[in-house]
Order: sequence, then structure tokens, then C-alpha cells
Amino acid sequence: MGLFILRRLGVMILTAICLTFIVFFLTNLHPNLEKLAKTQGEMRMSDEQVDRWLANRGYDQPLPIKYGEWLGVWPSKIIEVDDGRAYGRCLQTGVSIADTPRFCGVIQGDWGFSTVFKDEVSSIVATRLSLTGKLMFWVMMLMIPSALLIGVLAGMREGSRTDRSLSTVSIITTATPEYVSGVIFIALFAASASPLNQWLASMDWIEGRTLFKGTATSAMENANFNNFFLPVLTISLYGMGYIARMTRASMAEVMTAQYIRTARLKGVSFPKIVVKHALRNALIAPFTVIMLQIPWLLNGVVIVETLFNYKGFGWVLVQAAGNNDIELLLGVSVVSVIVVLITQLISDIGYVYLNPRISVS
Amino acid sequence: MEPLSWGGIFAGMFVQLIPVWIALIVTFTVSIYYKRKLGLYGKLFDSTIGMIGFALVMFWVFVAALGSMDMILTHDPLGQVSGMKNKLPGTPLRGAQDGDYAHYLLGGDNLARDIFSRVMSGATIVILIAPLATLFAYMVGITLGLPAGYFGGKFDTLLSFVANLVLAFPVILLFYLLVTPEIVNTGLPQYMAIVLFFFPLIFFSVLINTRLKQQPQKNVIWLCAVLIPLAVMYVVTINAPSTKIDILGSLDFFNPAAGILVVFVSVVFVNSPTVFRIVRGLTLDIKQRDYVAAAQTRGEGPWYIMLWEILPNARGPLIVDFCLRIGYTTILLGTLGFFGLGLPPESPDWGSTINDGRKLLSIYLHPALPPAFALLSLVLGLNLLADGLREESLRD
Repeated sequence: MGLFILRRLGVMILTAICLTFIVFFLTNLHPNLEKLAKTQGEMRMSDEQVDRWLANRGYDQPLPIKYGEWLGVWPSKIIEVDDGRAYGRCLQTGVSIADTPRFCGVIQGDWGFSTVFKDEVSSIVATRLSLTGKLMFWVMMLMIPSALLIGVLAGMREGSRTDRSLSTVSIITTATPEYVSGVIFIALFAASASPLNQWLASMDWIEGRTLFKGTATSAMENANFNNFFLPVLTISLYGMGYIARMTRASMAEVMTAQYIRTARLKGVSFPKIVVKHALRNALIAPFTVIMLQIPWLLNGVVIVETLFNYKGFGWVLVQAAGNNDIELLLGVSVVSVIVVLITQLISDIGYVYLNPRISVS
Repeated sequence: MEPLSWGGIFAGMFVQLIPVWIALIVTFTVSIYYKRKLGLYGKLFDSTIGMIGFALVMFWVFVAALGSMDMILTHDPLGQVSGMKNKLPGTPLRGAQDGDYAHYLLGGDNLARDIFSRVMSGATIVILIAPLATLFAYMVGITLGLPAGYFGGKFDTLLSFVANLVLAFPVILLFYLLVTPEIVNTGLPQYMAIVLFFFPLIFFSVLINTRLKQQPQKNVIWLCAVLIPLAVMYVVTINAPSTKIDILGSLDFFNPAAGILVVFVSVVFVNSPTVFRIVRGLTLDIKQRDYVAAAQTRGEGPWYIMLWEILPNARGPLIVDFCLRIGYTTILLGTLGFFGLGLPPESPDWGSTINDGRKLLSIYLHPALPPAFALLSLVLGLNLLADGLREESLRD
């Protein structure tokens, strides 16, 4: 087991290095740097000025060296310009050039500086990640219990009317991407023009003009049911159907097993069979699916945070990508890659623990 | 002119869609009549879910086909009519001439364009790109997944690593990195197209060559008949005027509209690693079977076994996944449109129209909802179709 985890960690680090190098390469293509220079410097710079701007900040070095500097395995170059100013990754205000450390990359814990937000990448990522963490926590709280419930209810009597209607519901939710369900929910529950809200308002049943809020910006400090439910519901719904279908399939399979038939013949009541005998074995498969769903949820998070204007991790990803904020983008991709790979690792390990028939080789 | 009531709007849409209804009825009558002779396709008509899914999918296919022949649209999807900005569904057209359709059936959007026509012509873009891109992803996935599963070893380790690498990328980040104008100008998507679009050529040449190796004459004829058109298509597709790859000059007779190639390439690129993994897994399973061992003892080559023994026996799960994957590709296309990436901003595809409509959603509901429901119904249809196919293929 130890060796297995170690090997997986090795692959993980290799994947992270490859991925960040690809991101580094793409963000450092010349047209992108030119755009960066023009947005950071001045819009009407000539080509020469752009080149000088980039050279002064060390952007004209060969790609592997720049990548090494970011990673912290290559000494960072300090460039002194004619007018007395100096540029370099490692420079800090109040520290003289002689005292500046030579290496300052990710390995040293220095994630760089965001050109869009004018702040340290590490602090941006930390605050935004905690906001998204809050969102994800409530998504999980809503999605997993309801998905398992739907799946178990549908799968315990295969082919019944409950099964058919619940299966249809889960197919519909998997067919509704977040930007569709989000738009429908906002139109229905959060728009003052919606007939539902107008009716509710005319009956004086709701305070204000809408049932829910269409933006979740206020939920960043003070989340409540009113401003946070719609984004949470939108993300959960898309993943819910998939988990429910997996649970249903696995439950239906367990219910045909011999030991369930034996229990029934012994006269154990149906609810007791479901809860005591079937459930444990039926939940092995959904566990893996839930873990593998997390990286997928990341996608939904980006869409929903954009749609509901909730300034979390996904929103930062869009901002960084749209403005070619190189170091922020690298930080974001490192974090998301780690999330993806760790969930894969946990799902593999958990699968082994839950299912004694499988062993790691 | 009076604005139409909701009944009038639905009646108007029903009348406007009559060619689609006729085509649907004809398809269903013919298919149900001959269903015993049509194999798996015919069996689809034994399951209600499958039929509903098929009807939804075919509805949009016919809308796309007949819409591009100008039989359904009421107005020009890009044309703006003054005074029709954000007008509610059923509003009569201001200053309508003879021969103009008298109403905006589903209202006008924030640039005073007819929403009904935009949704219907958006179907053409989606129905054109999504299945084709999925097909290309399948070509790539099959051509790489079969040998990876069959031979295993270092080749498999390397390819699996690359596939996992692409899959570990957040899709939206990848889109942003590939589809922004700055990157498009460097020609990177075109270089990727050169690689990705080459796989169908490899696939078909190996497919034909392994089968007809013993009959050289037939082999040459078949190879020419398939490969020459494919090669011509390949060259004219990746060649685009005034970009890095412009070698044909005036010989280039086919140029997809701006942005479509880029969108196509990125969608294929995102989809192929998953297909690769599925095909690889199926190959690992099937290569243990007796008929593969029999073929090996017969002395068949490895590529013959992969393409003519393993692949046909993996078709069941692959067909089901193909349907699901078209739906997923549709969702990806919508995501691209939602973030305003790739396609031009005035494009009527559903993702872009949803994105346009959501900005004014709290005041005007009608611009965003029709494309949202259109996308939902197409993806739902594909999922139901896949479900029906799975049920029917498991039955025998």
C-alpha cells in the first residue's frame, strides 16, 4: 500500500510539472506577452517599446529558464534598468539587491504576483479557494444525500413506477448543463419579471420582489438560503443525476443477489432488507463515482460562479485566463491539478478499503 | 396588427415547423414498418424511451437540415429590425412589408433580432459540429486506444499518461488557453488540426489494407476511392487563407466559417482522451477472448485482429457512448459559447445566445429561455436514445 501511494504521488508530481509547463508555454507565447505588456504598460506602445518592456522584466529569456525561475530551481535574474529601477521575481520592497535571495519559486513558497489583482498569488488563491470551499461544502451536503436517496429508492424495486419516474428525473438532470439550469432557475425564481414572483409578490407572501436572489455576491460574506440556494442547487443538479444512476444500477444489481433472496424467504421485512443488507454493498460503486465527480464539479463551479457573480476560485480562473495573468493562472492550474489527482488517489484507496475483493498490486 | 396570444404563438410555430413534422412522420412510419429488417436501429422502435429520444434528436436534425434550406426561418437570424429590441413574444413586426413574416414569434433580443429564427439556425451549427467532432474524437481514440490496449507496454504507459494529463486539465482553462485570439493567431489550433485530422486517414487506410491485403487489385481501388477524397478534404480543411498554413492559395475551395475550425479542434482534443480510455479498456477485456486467440493461431496480423476482430465486438458500448458523447460535446460547445470563446459574437449558436440573454435576465426572460430549452431537449434526446440503445442491445 505504501509503495502504491508513493508511486501515485510520483506520477502526480510529474503530471503537475508537465501541466504547468504546458500552461507556461501557452501563456508565454509572444502574442500573449505582447497583450500583457500593452495592458500593464501602455496601450499605444510601439513594437520596440513592447520588446524593451518585456526585456526589462525578464520575459525575453528562454522558456526553460523562465520556467525554472518560477519553479525555484534556477536562480532568478535581477535586471537593473538605466534609470536606477530594478526588476526581478525575488525583489521585495525594503530589501536591498545584495540581500535578495537567489531562488524564489513555488518550491520556496513564493507563488508570484498577480498582474490583474495586484496581489500575491498565494493569498488570492487562498481566499478564493475558501469561498469556493464554502460553495462546494453545501453542494456536497445537498447533492450526495439526495442522489443516494433517489438512487436507492429507484433501484430497490427495479422496473416499478417509482423507478421509472425517478430514473427519468435523473436523466433530465444529467442532460441539463449548469448554464441551462442556472438560467432557468434565475428566470423562474430570481427575476422580477417572472410570473411566479409577480404572483407571490401580489399575494404579499415574499419580502421584496423575488423569491431568491439572482446574484450570490452577497453570499461571499453572509450566505443565507435566499442568496445561496440557487447556485448550490444549480451545481448539485448536474452531478446528482449521474451519481443517482450509478447508485440505482448498483442497488438493482445487489437486490438480485442470492443473500437478499434468502433474507426475503426468511421473512425479513422489506425496509430492513434494504437498510441492513443491501445498502452497504450497494454504496461501493457510488463512492468512486462521487470522488471522480469532484474534478468535474470544478467545471460547474466556474460556470456557476460566473453566472451568479460569486467571486470564488472559478471566477478567478476566468479572470486570470481572460487577462493572461501568467502567474495567477499557473497557481490556479496547480491547485486544480492537485485537486483532480488527489481525488483520484482517494477514490482508488477508498475503493480498496470498501471492497475487500480488490487488492492493490 | 395585434400582438399574438400564447395560443397564437404556438400555432404560428407549429405551422412554421410543418416541414419538420412531415419529415418526422415519414421517418417514423417507414422505420416502424420495416423495423424487423433494420437490426439494432429497428429494435430501437421497441422501446418507448428510445423512440422519444430518437424523436427529439431527429426533430433537431430536421430543423437543422431544413433550416439551412430556408424552409423554417421566419426572419434573417442576423438581421436587426428597428423598434423590435427586447420585444415580447408575439409582437407584430414594425413596418412589415408584403412577404415578410408578420410577427416575431418568440420576441426580439437585445439587438432586435428574431429569437425564433436564431434558435432554429443555431441548431444547424450544433447539429453540424457536435456529431462530426465526436466522430473525429472516436477516430483518434480508436486509432490510439486499440494498439495501447492490445500491445500494452511502454507505448500504453506513455499514451495513458498523456491522456490523463489532458483529462486533469480543467476544460474551461484549456478552452481559454486554446481559443483566445492571440493563440489562434500563432496558428497553434491549426497545427493541432494537422495532427488530429490525420487520424481518420490512418484509420481508414489501415482498415482497408488489413482486410484486402490478399487481393491487391481490389485493395488499390478501395484505398484510392476512400483515401483520395479524404486527403483532399484534409488538405483544404487545414489550409486557411492568410494564416500560417496557406500553401494552396486559390486552390483552397473549402473554408469553414471563422472560428469554427478552432472550436472543432478544441472539442475533439478534449473528447479524444476519454474515448481513448474507453477503447483501451474494452480492448484489454476483449483480447482475452477465444476468437482473438483463434485469429492469432491463424496467423492474422495484429492490426487485422484489432480492427476486424476486437473493434466489431466492442461496438455495443461504443455506440451507446457515442450517443452520450454527442450530448456531452453539445454541452461543451454551449460552454464555449457561454464564455464567448471561439465563435463570432453574432453567431446564433445556443451557448452564445444564452450568454447574451442572461445579461438582461432579471428584466427580460424571453431571450435566454428558448435557446436554453433547445439545448436541454437535444441533449436529453441523445441521453434517452443512448438509454434505449443500451436496453435493446443488452436484450439479445
